[in-house]
Amino acid sequence: MMTRVRVLVRPKAGILDPQGQAVERALPALGFAGVANVHVGRLIELDVDDPAQLPEMCRKLLVNPLIEDYEIVDADVAPAR
Amino acid sequence: MRFGVVRFPGSCDEVDAQLACERVTDATILWHGDRDLQGVDAVVIPGGFSYGDYLRPGAIARFSPVMESVIAFAREGGIVFGICNGFQVLCEAGLLPGALLTNASLRFVCRQVDVVVEDTATAFTNACREGGRGTRLSIPVKHTTGRWYAPPELLDQVESGGQVLLRYAPGQNPNGSLADVAGVRNEAGNVFGLMPHPEHAVDPLTGSVDGLTLFASIRDHVTAHVAA
Repeated sequence: MMTRVRVLVRPKAGILDPQGQAVERALPALGFAGVANVHVGRLIELDVDDPAQLPEMCRKLLVNPLIEDYEIVDADVAPAR
Repeated sequence: MRFGVVRFPGSCDEVDAQLACERVTDATILWHGDRDLQGVDAVVIPGGFSYGDYLRPGAIARFSPVMESVIAFAREGGIVFGICNGFQVLCEAGLLPGALLTNASLRFVCRQVDVVVEDTATAFTNACREGGRGTRLSIPVKHTTGRWYAPPELLDQVESGGQVLLRYAPGQNPNGSLADVAGVRNEAGNVFGLMPHPEHAVDPLTGSVDGLTLFASIRDHVTAHVAA
């Protein structure tokens, strides 16, 4: 049985995030007040046999640890098989 | 002395790089799927969009068969020169410090910039001398992901080790790169990557021949120290 997981990848805190800034500027322009700390990252969804391998997958390929933080979360959807 | 220029699926500047190398010496193309570096004396990782640049630029290419050999070649002291996407590949491979992020402007930039040569006593810059072609080079940039970044402790290490070989001239930083870094070398001094494209500055027809200086530097270094 495979497990469906999501890897949430974020720009590391303190690194200039021009995408986040652009979105943060765009929302008030559309009338949405009270928005702060917008960051744009990446969502990687995958089905895996062995979730224990995920940290190594992240370190080796999915994430560049110099510039990105990540978080592994269980998806709430049962994978189709 | 012979250069080998790697061709990945998605490379687009490998022929210009080969032609630039051929203006100073011999060059051949190395296929990404081959592990054999054909006995070349220096390797160029060219610009382009290797393996589509999926995930992050260079992230997939750095695991290609040819890169296994390039990494081993670099660890043995072989000269490796990464241009633009090649710089990104070498950073992803851990052969060079730092990472390349999306330009601060979020836009593709394509323009001629001046870069200042910070150290002329290296394998990559020894032909850049005052009175020669100079220590300020005019070379084009064309990229979207060229903002070099290193965390503070790594930046200190890179700066104190004199690893920044090229900086954008004051006021000309095209991408928001930290400390105006345009190109860095590894600690050992045998691997160098830069965002500007010296292979596009080799003919007066396109406005500058300053790029040739870097290729000539590598040729002279290898001829004097390696090929013998």
